[in-house]
Amino acid sequence: MLLKRGNAIAWGVLVAAGMGAPFLVYPVFAMKILCFALFACAFNLLIGYTGLLSFGHAAFLGSAGYITGYTVKDLGFPPELGILAGAATAAALGYVIGSLAIRRSGIYFAMITLALAQMIYFVALQMPFTGGEDGLQGVPRGMLFASVDLRDPLAMYYLVFAIFLFGFWVVYRTINSPFGQVLKAIRENEPRAISLGYDVDKYKLAAFVISAALSGLAGATKSLVFQLASLTDAHWHMSGEVVLMTLLGGMGTVFGPIIGAALVVSLQNYGADIGEWVTVITGAIFVVCVLLFRRGIVGELTALLQKVTSNAEAPRP
Amino acid sequence: MSEVFGITIQGLLGQLLVGLINGSFYAILSLGLAIIFGLMNIINFAHGAQYMMGAFLAWIGMTYLGVNYWWALLLSPLGAGAVGILIERGMLRRLYKLDHLYGLLLTFGLALIIEGLFRYKFGISGESYPVPDLLTGGKNLGFMFFPIYRAWVVVASLVLCFVTWYVIERTKLGSYLRAGTENPQLLQAFGINVPLMITLTYGYGVALAAFAGVLAAPIFNVNPVMGSNLIIVVFAVVVVGGMGSVMGSIVTGIGLGLIEGIVKSGMIANGLGYLFDSVPVANSLVYPVKLLFSPEASAVTIFVIMAVVLLVRPAGLFGRER
Amino acid sequence: MSKKLLGALVCFAMIACLVSAAPAATKVSDGVVKIGVLTDMSGTYSDLAGPGSLLAVQMAVEDFIKKEKPDFKIQVISADHQNKGDIAANKAREWIDTEKVDMIVDLVTTSTALAVMKVAKEKDRITLVSGAASTPITNEQCTDTNIHWTYDTYALAAGTGTAVVKQGGKTWFFLTVDYAFGKALEKDTTDAVLANGGKVLGRVLHPFPAQDFSSFLLQAQSSGAQVIGLANAGNDTINSIKQAGEFGITPKQKLAGLLMFISDVHSLGLKATQGMYLTTGFYWDLNNETRAWSKRFFEKKKRMPTMVQAGDYSAVYHYLKAVKAAGTDDTKTVMAKMKATPVNDFFAKNGKIRDDGRMVHDMYLAEVKKPEESKYPWDYYHIRQVIPGDQAFMPLSQSKCPLVKK
Repeated sequence: MLLKRGNAIAWGVLVAAGMGAPFLVYPVFAMKILCFALFACAFNLLIGYTGLLSFGHAAFLGSAGYITGYTVKDLGFPPELGILAGAATAAALGYVIGSLAIRRSGIYFAMITLALAQMIYFVALQMPFTGGEDGLQGVPRGMLFASVDLRDPLAMYYLVFAIFLFGFWVVYRTINSPFGQVLKAIRENEPRAISLGYDVDKYKLAAFVISAALSGLAGATKSLVFQLASLTDAHWHMSGEVVLMTLLGGMGTVFGPIIGAALVVSLQNYGADIGEWVTVITGAIFVVCVLLFRRGIVGELTALLQKVTSNAEAPRP
Repeated sequence: MSEVFGITIQGLLGQLLVGLINGSFYAILSLGLAIIFGLMNIINFAHGAQYMMGAFLAWIGMTYLGVNYWWALLLSPLGAGAVGILIERGMLRRLYKLDHLYGLLLTFGLALIIEGLFRYKFGISGESYPVPDLLTGGKNLGFMFFPIYRAWVVVASLVLCFVTWYVIERTKLGSYLRAGTENPQLLQAFGINVPLMITLTYGYGVALAAFAGVLAAPIFNVNPVMGSNLIIVVFAVVVVGGMGSVMGSIVTGIGLGLIEGIVKSGMIANGLGYLFDSVPVANSLVYPVKLLFSPEASAVTIFVIMAVVLLVRPAGLFGRER
Repeated sequence: MSKKLLGALVCFAMIACLVSAAPAATKVSDGVVKIGVLTDMSGTYSDLAGPGSLLAVQMAVEDFIKKEKPDFKIQVISADHQNKGDIAANKAREWIDTEKVDMIVDLVTTSTALAVMKVAKEKDRITLVSGAASTPITNEQCTDTNIHWTYDTYALAAGTGTAVVKQGGKTWFFLTVDYAFGKALEKDTTDAVLANGGKVLGRVLHPFPAQDFSSFLLQAQSSGAQVIGLANAGNDTINSIKQAGEFGITPKQKLAGLLMFISDVHSLGLKATQGMYLTTGFYWDLNNETRAWSKRFFEKKKRMPTMVQAGDYSAVYHYLKAVKAAGTDDTKTVMAKMKATPVNDFFAKNGKIRDDGRMVHDMYLAEVKKPEESKYPWDYYHIRQVIPGDQAFMPLSQSKCPLVKK
């Protein structure tokens, strides 16, 4: 009961904050948070709910960004098609990488995703259309559905928010469906799930592709927001960052990754003046989370709330 | 001058020799990682940062304390090892009962902290460290001029690798370590102080990284990000070699250096071109393979190998499935 | 969460998006002229630009206020773009949107310059590029809100390339850094080499930045070329030269540092760099004026200024003069004023700003002194030749800039 109410409240806060954000903060900053929040939620689907740690998710963020940038800038696609193209590419890539990586588990799974992501990075570096080190610059934002000028920051913001809500809803529905239940079962006890007759590999691959597609959606949107696609988004540091966001927010919680993403992006943004200390603080957060707050902010808060309410509700025998 | 696929024998030998030097670094670094993983099941992401620390300790020693290169080879690993012991005692110890994932995340965080602190103090451009007088100059081998210092790097690495391998595989101490990998509780029951052994093992792994750092200091600029790009390549080496296998990481490390050398010489790309460029359909199919083995792709070589090996032999070339 | 409610929310957000689309309005702040110094503060190029560039800009502002007593306030802010185009573009965008920055200067590293030029063009702000080098800045990628101040790859190639070939270095091999700048420098130098009867035997690309050049240098060595052209800069050049010495490549093969700064020579020392030719837009020891300014710079930084830093001063001072003369910081008006006024300061005499954004001024061909020839600290160059502006830079007739009226 409490959980359902808590969820509803959280949804409400999320939507309200999202609608009001562009008036309170620099819209581009808010859009950055939304894109990374979507990325982190997508990643969380894999690590938090299926128990698979991927070290190569930057490949999806980056490749989608490049494809969207290229289709919109050089092929003249309208923004909505460009975003779809980017997300679809990431989904396809997710299918290929996932099929190869699923064959192994644990650290070997992570290492295969890393290896394949490095190959994608290399392709991004070498392919002429990506611009290599210079990046794909000057991506036009275009006219959404041929009627909305996305150069207006407010218009762009609400589009990004709408996309984020859509992606988040997909994750939410996936988690709370029978499919999601099987994923959780796989995370908890894979041999048992197999013995119950589930084709575990198919479920894992499906989760991987959904995660990749949504990560791609985040990357595609991001390249329109910043009007540029660069190697930073495909670099393995980015793969590490999304792990941090999810860990900090709370792996396996619904809203955790959003909080984690907001905090990490804010830290990088406002910490730009303190320069190198951002890296140190980021590292310190990792360390502290792993040692003391493994459930992440949302996880710890939920646990605290439950303890408080259960103490109040049930008298000890 | 005879040529094979557009590369002179001279050119190829030169690249192989340079590859051997890089391979020696890969070997020492992956050795440290393999030992740590083998005994502790921890993936030490901080290894690159510890390598960098070793180089900086040598530079700091030289600049402020007048410590020369030869002393640095001894003192820097000791210093770094001590830091490693503190890390293990203070933080890693608490994670043994949990998923490996947490050890990886913790060391990843530590790497960021160490790198950030050094970047703050020293900036990114780095400091230069001179080649010790005894090792300056080089020998003209005919096909290339080989700097003596780089020859020393190869020799020192190989000796250290061999000594480490010998201790682990052939001595009593080593057998305790190997037993501890398989069944720590049983070993403890025999009266061996397993926690102490684990602490010292981590310390030794870190010391190996630092030693490689001191070796690297005169060749590469001593800068805070020197470990960062090396670390994922070293991971790949360890995975390919077999996560806990000492021999595996040494052989794979050196092997990778040599293979990178061949790729950099352009021989493979040229060879594929020579064989397939004139064949109609095959040439477009082979193109992506050619791209992956072109000299610019030398950075990706290990990842291609890793993906293939993991799919075919998941425990690595020399590893045993756990 | 009911599907209907969620659906309604998404629709609402979309409608909000459609409804809120309004024409973007740009406002330029009057009263305060805000200058943003966007440079590499801690990386490969931080010594030739970086904090020194910030100092040069601050000196320009101070001198301007003292001498011209303007009726507007001037503010200077700075940021580190870490040589990454995306960081630079985002910073520029944020500065213009939220900090009311009117002009962005320095922009070392071509990818950052190109990215920021695009953002500035879109948002109608001026960019003054002193740090970056590549000719596309005033060719294919030119904008009418940009001025390329200090030097470019054509001038370097024409100067150094021609001089080395005429000296006897006829066969070349290039060690090129793998991004727009390196490739532009290589192309322009190749053109100069071929035009003077030389030959290019090959090239190898290295990642940016790189630490170990051994395998690349080895390829250069096996090519047998008389000259190895280093189409890179900053620490990459320094390491290439150092390692070339280690591997016995010099003195048999000659190294041509196609872009070298006095900071590089200082880092490497005269023993390693003696006899090398380089082309520069500024030398501190050229005449009394340059000496006076440079000594002021040296007092604060303990290093002599590079051409990038001197160029930053010159560009900012010229900009501020134009703002005062035009009575506004409106981009179009100020740009027109800047182009209409010749540049006359210690950096350039009768410098002219062309339609493609190129500031044309004299360049200098320098030869690095031998250690015994250097009489005092930073006494590094023989100035062998003054290359007049209209010969140093690409003729306007060859320009691929769409703004140039043909």
